[in-house]
Parts: sequence; C-alpha cells; structure tokens
Amino acid sequence: MSILVDANTRVICQGFTGKQGTFHSEQALAYGTNLVGGVTPGKGGQYHLDRPVFDTVSEAVRTTGADASMIYVPARFAADAILEAADAGIRVIVCITEGIPVLDMLRVKAALAGTDAVLIGPNCPGVITPGACKIGIMPGHIHQPGRVGIVSRSGTLTYEAVYQTTQAGLGQSTCVGIGGDPIHGLDFIDCLRLFERDPQTEGLILVGEIGGEAEEAAAEVIRAEISKPVVAYIAGVTAPAGKRMGHAGAIVTGGAGTAEGKYAALEAAGVLTVRSPAQMGVRLAERLDR
Amino acid sequence: MNLHEFQAKQLLRERGLAVPDGILAEQPEATRDACARLGGERWAVKAQVHSGGRGKAGGVVLVDSPERVETETRRLLGSRLVTEQSGPDGLPVNAVLIERPTAIARELYLSLLVDRASERLLFVASAAGGMDIETVAAQTPEQILRVAVHPVVGVQPYQARRLGFGLGLDDAQIKALGTLLDGLYRLFIDSDASLIEINPLVVTDSGELLALDAKITLDDNALLGHPALTALRDPSQEDAREAAARAHDLHYISLDGNIGCMVNGAGLAMATMDLIKLQGGQPANFLDVGGGATAARVAEAFKLILSDPKVASILVNIFGGIVRCDLIAEGIIQAVHEVGVSVPIVVRLEGTNAPQGLRMLADSGLALETVSELDAAATLAVAAARRGSGSSSNTVEGGGRA
Repeated sequence: MSILVDANTRVICQGFTGKQGTFHSEQALAYGTNLVGGVTPGKGGQYHLDRPVFDTVSEAVRTTGADASMIYVPARFAADAILEAADAGIRVIVCITEGIPVLDMLRVKAALAGTDAVLIGPNCPGVITPGACKIGIMPGHIHQPGRVGIVSRSGTLTYEAVYQTTQAGLGQSTCVGIGGDPIHGLDFIDCLRLFERDPQTEGLILVGEIGGEAEEAAAEVIRAEISKPVVAYIAGVTAPAGKRMGHAGAIVTGGAGTAEGKYAALEAAGVLTVRSPAQMGVRLAERLDR
Repeated sequence: MNLHEFQAKQLLRERGLAVPDGILAEQPEATRDACARLGGERWAVKAQVHSGGRGKAGGVVLVDSPERVETETRRLLGSRLVTEQSGPDGLPVNAVLIERPTAIARELYLSLLVDRASERLLFVASAAGGMDIETVAAQTPEQILRVAVHPVVGVQPYQARRLGFGLGLDDAQIKALGTLLDGLYRLFIDSDASLIEINPLVVTDSGELLALDAKITLDDNALLGHPALTALRDPSQEDAREAAARAHDLHYISLDGNIGCMVNGAGLAMATMDLIKLQGGQPANFLDVGGGATAARVAEAFKLILSDPKVASILVNIFGGIVRCDLIAEGIIQAVHEVGVSVPIVVRLEGTNAPQGLRMLADSGLALETVSELDAAATLAVAAARRGSGSSSNTVEGGGRA
C-alpha cells in the first residue's frame, strides 16, 4: 500500500515534448513509472520517448486511461493546464511549475472545488511511491520502499528527509511535496489523514517552513486524529519578518507564521520536533525501533 | 514589487476613488508652482520611499507657507530616510508628494490581501485607523473586521454593509464604501496585486471617504503580464545585491551575520541558516541557487556573497537531486579561480555523485573544507568564521589544504 499513486497509476505528462517535460519523463520512465503518454497541443499523433503524444488531455485520457498527470508547462500556462486536467477527469494532478501568479491559483482552487481532482503543488517536487511510481523532479535513487510517510513544503528538504530515512533503513511509503506557494492543492492535513489510513505507513515526517498557518492547523489534526508517531522540522527560525525567503509562501508577517510558533503548536500536539534538519531520520528511527 | 504612495494613489484616482489632490516634486524649485496650483494655505510634504513609519521619521511634514514647502523639500530630497522598517541605512528620497491637507473627522483602516487559509481575497478593516494594524490586531482583536470575497461573485453589497455598520458609518458613507471596496477589488484583480493597504482611510469633516495614504504591492510572478506596472519599479528603493541576484535567477536576501550561505532550494537554504544559528553563528545571507545550478550561476553566487564585506566564511550546502554534485564541484573550482575567493569555504555535498564531487574538490588544491554531514558542515563554517574574522586575508587560491 501507499497513498495517492502506486504501480497501477497511469501517468501522462502535460508539456511532454518541452525540455523539462522530456527530461523528467525520461527519468520517470527509467524509474519504472507507468507513463502512458503525454500532451503537447499541436503535436498530437506523434510519438515522443516511445509514447503517444495528444493534443488535449481529454483525448489522452480517453485513449490511454490515464488517471494522473504531471505538469511541466511554463507558469503563464499552468492554471489552464491544471483546469484542463481536472476537466478531463484526471484524479491526481501534479503541478511542478513554479512562479504561477497567486490570483491564478486562487481562481483555479475555486474552480476545482466540488470536483474529485486532487491537486499536488504547484511549485513542488511532486509525489513518489518508491519502487512504484515517480511523478516529479525528485532524484529516484535516494528513495527506498519502506515505512515512513513524508510530507513537505520544501523540495530539497524533502530529499534530506528521504535520504536520512533511507540511510536509517526505514524507507518510505509515499513522499509528497505539497509546494511552497501560498495557495496550493493538497495540504499537510490531507496527507496526514491519508497516511494515517495507509497500513504501510508506520511513522510520519512533516517538513514545514515559516509563513501561513498550515503547520498550526496540522498540529490540531495530529492531536485529534493521528495515532502514528510524527517527527517535524520547521525551516526559517532565523528568517527576519517581512522578508520573503525564496518560496512565495515563506514570509513571516505581523508575528504570524513564525517557526517558533509552529514548533510550539506541534510540540503541544505531541509531535517529536527536531531543531536540526539533520536529525529527522534518526529521531523517527529511534521512536519506531524502541 | 512595491509601488510608491504617489503611484498607488494615481492607480486609485484612475479608478475614480477619492484621494487628496497632490503634485509630485523632484526638484525643490518646482514646489512653489505646485503650491500655487494646489491652492490653500497649508501643505503636506511627504517623502516617497518604500517604507511605512515615514511620519515618525520626519518624512512627512505639515507646513503653512510655500517657502517652508521648498525648505522641507530641499531637506528631504537626496537624503536617506531611516524609518522603523527601512533598516539602518535608510532609503533614498528622490521625490516628495505635496498635498493639500485634509480636515479629518475619523481615521479608519482598510486593506485587501490574499488570505491563504480561506483561499480568498480578504478585506480587513478597523475603526482604529492611522495606527500599526498589527498592534491593533494583537491588542484589540475585536476591533478588526474581515470579509472574504468569493472569486465567482466579487464584492457583494451585504459585505459593504457589514464593514460599514461595523465601522460606524452612516448610510451615505456605507454607499461610498461599497464603491470603494468594489473599485479596490477590481484594481487588485486587474493589476495582480498581493496587497492594497489604505491607512488611514479618513472620513473628512464633510463626511467624505478619502484615501489619505495608499500602499500597493504587486505579485512578482505576474509582472510579465503587466508591462505598464512593471515600468513603475524604482530600483533605488531595493537592495542592490538582491536586485543583482534577481537578474541571475538567484534568490538572495542580505542578513546581518558573517557566514555566507550558498544552497540549492529555498527550504534547505533556510534550514542551513538555522543550523548556523544553532551552532552559535550568524548567517550573512539567504541564497538559493535553484535547482538548475550551473558553474556560471555558482560563480555569480560567489560574487554576490563576497560583495558583502561582513562575510568571514562561506558554507556551500548542496543536495544533489537532478543536479549532479560533480558538476557543482566543477562550478565551485571554476568560481574560486575566477572570483578569487579570499575567505574560508566549507562545502557540504550530498546526493547524486557526491563522492565524485568531493574527490574533485579534494584534488583541486584549493583550501576548502569538505564534508558530507549536515550538522558538521555548519559547525565547521562557524569555526572558520571565528578564525577568519581575526585575520584580514585568508586567500584560498594557492593556499594549502585545510
């Protein structure tokens, strides 16, 4: 078991024939992902990486039975691509693209309300179920099928958590990068609930960062609903207020969204917090193996 | 990207929203004519800088003669205004806005922002205007009113009523507030703003609503679609190093410490800063070289870090995902030769091809400390900065192996 995606997930790539789409589709195929085709408007009927290219997502879904999509289109086309995937009945939409205007995402989220589509991202590394399905830009080789569910707002910090749990011999059930933008799809809470129900997942790592109140909300849900041990790290203790730290969502405003506030909320909910990002894996290993 | 007050007010004026009459002056000599055109007997002279707290810093003055307007303008122009928000160096004043003063009955607060929790645009209003709204929210949260706008329907009349009655406005003022809310909402959407703040929004003696100050922040990700708004950018108000970084697709923010950081990924970059602090050091900057770090970008990143004279050591922290560590190592070696780095460097490489990258650095003959463990990297960088800040020059090139 795992969450969101597995070996049976049929994946297409939007922006398939572009530079990014091509590179990461090659990587996904090499990893063993069931990539069944791709979409580039105007290139329908061709073959790319030995997979069929379609003009529209709906045609791709009809022909291939795809139920997941990874989006590598430029930022100004990304909102359209997400909506096209949802309209075509794609179940898991993974948008890697960064730099999407926040009002575009606000409209996209309003349009997705009431549909069955699950959006991951944007501005995220994607989702991977090790050994089964890789949708995103994460390096496949650091992963190992195993017991830990990872959910993170940051790309490279997700890789740190993955690498550490692999080194510790724990491995991962599924890793979800939810993205660094202020308005995004799947959030911590959605992932925590999915991991709680997944029998393969024995422990969780939550990687948060400054800005917003998602970690505080997650703490509430962990306290009330999550029985599995959770280790959390929050980046940005040293970040000054009012400065945006790379991610559009990573900004401390008016005393809200500080790392210390998030740590306090998580600790009050019984989460095992670590102040050094190097300690995520060992801390969870200690807890799971005791 | 932030706009100046005069630019924000111009955008409001173009939408038919009420702002005081004002004239921008970039020369002291131009002020007498401005006073004559505005008329009246008193004038406000307002320094145009990208910062709040201008009044307390002497950047906003009320004077009663055209001579004083000219004197104050002469004092402000060319100076740097140091406010609570500007940092110790302050911000350069290149223009002042001269306005007719307003007879104020009440000062209110109104802003429109993106609320990430509700995923809506949110109006925030308060009868406690003219004050720091964050203080109001912390001390008297009951004085803060909020209404969220659904993107399908836009601002609704009931929402104007809710805010209007909450602010204690009369019928005519509530109607005017409705027009203002609608205008601000449309301006926000049309310009891809991320914040519009009117503080204070005043009720004049004659009962009109007037935006006495205005602040607009635009979404950097959306500027591509707004060339006219992008042209309003004032580079003089931005940190020169941060602007140079942007030109090279690097995210750089200068901080107060002495340990330069170069990291791939925003989250890992913040985490690296935190680790330095945890080990007793202080980061000199946030720097995300991004996922597609090339030798050229690594060189640019070194130049940026070293342009800060405070830097006493550099910590390079790369987790090779798609980026291969051997390519990063090549970039570091090239950059050190090209830029002539003169402070100790600690390099932590992990992930794809990390062993090869570390070997290349070890074989390069450069005085780099290499490490694969995250905590250890921060400890070494902090120690190096302590040593480095003692001796003035510790040239890496040609130096011995550490």
